[in-house]
Amino acid sequence: MARGRIRARIRRSHLYTFTCLRPRSKEDGPHPMDGPGYSRIVHCNQPEMHKKKPFKYCSNYTSTTKYNVLTFLPKALYEQFHRVANLYFLGCAIISVTPLSPFSAVSMIAPLVFVVGLSMAKEGLEDWRRFMQDMKVNSRKVSVHEGDGVFGYRPWQKIQVGDVVKVEKDQFFPADLLLLSSGYEDGICYVETMNLDGETNLKVKRALEVTLPLGEDGAFKTFTGTIKCEDPNPSLYTFVGNFEYDRQLYPLDPSQILLRDSKLRNTTFVYGVVIFTGHDSKVMQNSTRSPSKRSRIERKMDYIIYILFSLLLVISLISSIGFAVKTKLQMPDWWYLAPNDTDNYYNPQKPAISGLSHLVTALILYGYLIPISLYVSIEVVKVLQASFINQDIHMYDEETGKPANARTSNLNEELGQVDTILSDKTGTLTCNQMDFLKCSIAGTAYGVRSSEVEIAAAKQMAMDFEDQDAEMSSVSRRKNRASEIELETVVTSTYEKDHKPTIKGFCFQDSRLMDGNWFNEPNSDVILLFFRILAVCHTAIPELNEETGTFTYEAESPDEGAFLVAAREFGFEFFKRTQSSVFIRERHPSSGQPIEREFKILNLLDFTSKRKRMSVIVRDEDGQILLLCKGADSIIFDRLSKNGRMYEEATTRHLNEYGESGLRTLALAYRKLEESEYAAWNNEFHKAKTSVGADRDEMLEQVSDIMERELTLVGATAVEDKLQKGVPQCIDKLAQAGLKIWVLTGDKMETAINIGFACSLLRQGMKQVCISAMNSEANEAVKENILNQITNASQMIQLEEDPHAAFALIIDGKSLTYALEDDIKQQFLELAVECASVICCRVSPKQKALVTRLVKQGTGKTTLAIGDGANDVGMIQEADIGVGISGVEGMQAVMASDFSLAQFRFLERLLVVHGHWCYKRIAQMICYFFYKNIAFGLTLFYFEAFTGFSGQSVYDDWYMLLFNVVLTSFPVISLGVFEQDVSSDVCLQFPTLYQQGPRNLFFDWYRIFGWMGNGLYSSLVIFFLNIMIFYDQAFRNGGQTADMGALGTAMFTCIIWALNCQIALTMSHFTWIQHLLIWGSIVTWYLFLFVYGMITPTISGNAYQLLVEALAPAPIYWLAILLVTVACNLPYMAHISFQRCFNPMDHHIIQEIKYCRKDVEDHRMWTRERSKARQKTNIGFTARVDAKIRQLRGRLQRKQPSVEHVNDITPSSS
Amino acid sequence: MEVDGASTSNGGASTSNGRANGGRSRRTAFDLFKQQQLPACKPVLTPVWVITAFMLIGSIFIPLGLVTLHASRSVVEIVYRYDAECVPKAFRGNKVSYIKNGSIPKNCYRSLKVHKHMKAPIYIYYQLDNYYQNHRRYIKSRSDQQLLHGHAHYDTSSCQPEEYNNGLPIVPCGLIAWSLFNDTFTFIRGRAELKVNRKNIAWESDRDHKFGKKVYPINFQNGTLIGGAKLDPDIPLHDQEDLIVWMRTSALPSFRKLYGRIEEDLEADDVVFVTLMNNYNTYSFGGKKKLVLSTTGWLGGKNDFLGAACIFVGSSSIILSIVFMLLHVKYRRNYRGTSYLSWNW
Repeated sequence: MARGRIRARIRRSHLYTFTCLRPRSKEDGPHPMDGPGYSRIVHCNQPEMHKKKPFKYCSNYTSTTKYNVLTFLPKALYEQFHRVANLYFLGCAIISVTPLSPFSAVSMIAPLVFVVGLSMAKEGLEDWRRFMQDMKVNSRKVSVHEGDGVFGYRPWQKIQVGDVVKVEKDQFFPADLLLLSSGYEDGICYVETMNLDGETNLKVKRALEVTLPLGEDGAFKTFTGTIKCEDPNPSLYTFVGNFEYDRQLYPLDPSQILLRDSKLRNTTFVYGVVIFTGHDSKVMQNSTRSPSKRSRIERKMDYIIYILFSLLLVISLISSIGFAVKTKLQMPDWWYLAPNDTDNYYNPQKPAISGLSHLVTALILYGYLIPISLYVSIEVVKVLQASFINQDIHMYDEETGKPANARTSNLNEELGQVDTILSDKTGTLTCNQMDFLKCSIAGTAYGVRSSEVEIAAAKQMAMDFEDQDAEMSSVSRRKNRASEIELETVVTSTYEKDHKPTIKGFCFQDSRLMDGNWFNEPNSDVILLFFRILAVCHTAIPELNEETGTFTYEAESPDEGAFLVAAREFGFEFFKRTQSSVFIRERHPSSGQPIEREFKILNLLDFTSKRKRMSVIVRDEDGQILLLCKGADSIIFDRLSKNGRMYEEATTRHLNEYGESGLRTLALAYRKLEESEYAAWNNEFHKAKTSVGADRDEMLEQVSDIMERELTLVGATAVEDKLQKGVPQCIDKLAQAGLKIWVLTGDKMETAINIGFACSLLRQGMKQVCISAMNSEANEAVKENILNQITNASQMIQLEEDPHAAFALIIDGKSLTYALEDDIKQQFLELAVECASVICCRVSPKQKALVTRLVKQGTGKTTLAIGDGANDVGMIQEADIGVGISGVEGMQAVMASDFSLAQFRFLERLLVVHGHWCYKRIAQMICYFFYKNIAFGLTLFYFEAFTGFSGQSVYDDWYMLLFNVVLTSFPVISLGVFEQDVSSDVCLQFPTLYQQGPRNLFFDWYRIFGWMGNGLYSSLVIFFLNIMIFYDQAFRNGGQTADMGALGTAMFTCIIWALNCQIALTMSHFTWIQHLLIWGSIVTWYLFLFVYGMITPTISGNAYQLLVEALAPAPIYWLAILLVTVACNLPYMAHISFQRCFNPMDHHIIQEIKYCRKDVEDHRMWTRERSKARQKTNIGFTARVDAKIRQLRGRLQRKQPSVEHVNDITPSSS
Repeated sequence: MEVDGASTSNGGASTSNGRANGGRSRRTAFDLFKQQQLPACKPVLTPVWVITAFMLIGSIFIPLGLVTLHASRSVVEIVYRYDAECVPKAFRGNKVSYIKNGSIPKNCYRSLKVHKHMKAPIYIYYQLDNYYQNHRRYIKSRSDQQLLHGHAHYDTSSCQPEEYNNGLPIVPCGLIAWSLFNDTFTFIRGRAELKVNRKNIAWESDRDHKFGKKVYPINFQNGTLIGGAKLDPDIPLHDQEDLIVWMRTSALPSFRKLYGRIEEDLEADDVVFVTLMNNYNTYSFGGKKKLVLSTTGWLGGKNDFLGAACIFVGSSSIILSIVFMLLHVKYRRNYRGTSYLSWNW
């Protein structure tokens, strides 16, 4: 991906291209360094000058932590109390020290401290990890000039602006440096910028000529110089500055700047002067803190909290008004309260004041409606869920040894609600590894191996036919069997591949060309030329692998690398490049000995996305001048000479075949040039090259165009853009789960379409809607044009009558800029949503983010962005969920992501299994949480009515304290962590189940209010039943009546029982852990009550020996528990029984099938249901197969009479 | 076997599983835990289960309710409201001034008829209505420390506003103790006085651990404002069981508290004469006062509610079960079938 960008940048960096021989331009002299933004002055090799102001710049110590020792407490506290609920609890805690509080201070403060402390500890731990990572970076050592030409090692953080540092091969640059000299004489060095932009190819940097003599340690004894340059800024690809050296001023540009966090490659060492340190460096300036994301459920939860807050407010108001009225009217008569001797809280003379202060009391008292522990429980649950995701062995990649990683745990449940996946292509769907697979030379196709697409398609189709067999009529089955057999041969033939040692980038197999056999082919001269073009026409750099003695190639693009590897394997090894020549070691079968040949590169006509071709003009050892060209077939075919079209027809046919099997194709051609012809052209070219001005590039292009004509076609190559393992299957499954998949790629349209076919996002018979912008038109006209295209396409889709018709939208980056404009974007989105698959090509990182935002905001559904490179960062941060592939490219995407996976195919499991589970778990958990707090909190309110609204709670403070923290939190956590409606296998086998998430079946308002209603019912039952049971009669031996302690404790016991039985009813999956936690909670309550009753009565008060002495011996207590528990749960039980029986959901039925072991008994039914359990989809293999079947059926119907006679053939059982 | 292994991610992982299996002889429980594959019981509410469960609940609760109801019904209870009757006719218009006037004798003689045989022990309760013993101000106004340690404990701030009197701390302090109930009852059957046992009416733990054995009332009911009963300053709080009972505050504004026990059986048609000292002021807030004589059963006092509720829950459960059964027969769903799957509609 981003190929165009790479190319473009390299042009800027003056490498090997049109401009590579351009004399250092004299016209753009020193930059005028004045004005704001250009104030930085660096005294080279004089770091002491930078010790004090005004030249004191920030140190090279970098920190990515959120807090430090001093700021941790205030900042982390601020973060915590940012949440409304926490703020409310803080207020409660503060009030609890005043007499207004209905509870003791400790019972208010302890849970808050626990909750906030836990969250803060988590924050602190995460920050500590970041700190340790920073420390590792900051203490990396680098060699620094310490004066007198002596270099010594120093940690990175001690480096100052002005220091001269020496960076060795494969080291990272510690800061932004000005390149002075390198191990190469001409002062170039190779840099890998993977950590910056995710690109794995090397970039060349070149030192100023004046500093080239500074090539050894000793030279820095006396070196001084001054750099005046721009202030720190985040732009990675620009730099403006002047270098003053020997009283001469030299302009600097980005090609002399080595950026921090990039790596020195292929170069023994470089010397450089530190310009920007630490947070001034470009990479640090670029880093943005990823936005904190919240899941849909959590946002909805806020609304529920608001509802509960209103409820809280309402009942508080009722209480305080009731209290004021009672205080005013009745309290003067209550002599036992000494109404004449009161403070303001209970002053009958001032009922308004009493009422107001009571409002505060009530707000605290009923605070149990707002679950304080909800946040912390959710946090705990999510961390545990995340650790399950991290531990999942099915998402562990053996090759790289990387597990899946939930980097932020607060989006787990969002994984279960994804509607649209926006995927990057290179590195995500594909490996970014090109394998030379087939070629067509002189009209003959070579290469016998099948592409992965062919294999995968064959496999899938064979399998699906098997499944379909049961349903199909015998006629069509026979038909299918035939193709099946065909497919099977393809599949089996590919297995041998695994046994051969593979060479990276080379999958070609054909004995006609290998091992020098090409020499015996009829067109061996053309084949020779073909190989030479592969070996010469490129911009790569060879690198000797010392272990194996072979060369590997640092190429700008992986396909170029694949060509070179192919050429090497064919016996044309490219091994050396100088500025003007390419050296090839040729092994001819005739001579046997390798011959080294030098090709003088006369000109190099660069690849651009517009030209879609590249050429070199070389002079071979015989003095013959040749133009070797490779490029897109359409472009090359347009430029063939009359005589050069010999193989056009055959090659075109082959190209089509290759294209269909998802291969990337290029055509190769050459042209022989006469010396004079070349000389004349070169003059023109030189003129164009040295011209100055805006139209220089255009002129160059025109001149190049003149030369790249009259070509002779040699052949074509087919390179496989290797799909990542399991990608087509994964896409198929995701599509069956009802997910929409958009591909956003920087690639050109053709490649993107190829990959679309390879992944089954596109298929034959799908109607492609291509939207592309015409160049060279006025903006308005282009926009008009695009709008027209969009409207036409929408109309076409609306008018389509075939129910099985599928559309694919393919749009390029240029059109996208217009389509994303405010006035069109809605229409564009509508069109895109109608299409089964959407592919956006040539999109910039910014556009990726914009498209993501459009989908996210336009459809209002959850989006997931998955990518691996730095160019995906925007998209990853913008989407509701960002997934980074921790593959070969840099860590940027992973760092910005919420989840990281080693392979795209793990996405299926992440979403369909973990997402599904987490969504249901969290949804059920939150519903239950509100249920339990309403059930508990309202009992407090009812009791108020019996106490003259005085704010007295019927429960002991300690009960209330333990309620949320200990007694009911563990079962709910076990629900949130361990609940499984169906096992992971079933989730994968029945992808439709996933749709329960995006449809939000488990957290809709119906369900939420249902649970709230259930809570209300429970609270009524618990309270009034208990009140009635323990009304006024004797409840125990000895004739004593129940006092407040006994009634409160009995009521509380009922609550504990009822709530825990309720959660047991809610669950459908019990391991010993759930049993332990649920029944353990009840046991804990009794244990607590027992222990609490044992400690001194000055603490336990009325609960002293309550259980042992009074309650446990009283049968009425146990009877009441039994009655209340059953009465609370009876309606819910009836509800779920009726729902399951008469309106069951899919997972209910699957549970039943599993429960009855029907899946084992009736395997046929199980398989049939499985194949049906998928969303109607128009993409993926399955859709492909379905379309094929439809096609076959259609054909059969037409041919019905003629195939009648084959009916009697009995099909073999499958 | 599974043809597809279903998942694409299984492709790579099954090999790793295989290896894990091969390397170690079996997967440890912890591995299963980490992979969320612990053996689990997955109950499914099949119709048989549902019907059985509801039936079971019904068949437990209905007999239980009947037994409970029977236990409650076998309790004999005499409730006699005396607050209005015990005010002399002259003061009926202004009961408050009557009760507040110390010079008027508060004696009151009443007779109760026993309807049914009452088996000893017969518990005597006084019942107050509309009395907010559960008011927050009231409940907080006590000092458990002082009750246990007496004068030695100085911090009585929680006892406001009955904390000090005449500059001296009150023992026992606080509103609860101060408003102690002070009506008294004596009973005569025929000629003989019925002996009322007023010992062991408080909770044993309260007596032994909450009220000090050496804590004597000091400065109690000594001020200008007299609340309820006075306490004998020579008897330690530990033995003042009336106080101990009173201090166990009731949960509801209508409550009974144990006064004593008659340890003789009362026969049906016995007439019991009660001598009341109608001292306690419930007239200012319109509270009722009742005298209750009650026997107890194994379940405690008389309260039909529990039994009725049990029967109600039991029968609704049976009804649910029957409804469910009927529905199930009528709209029979093949429990092992698949036609209800959403993709088969």
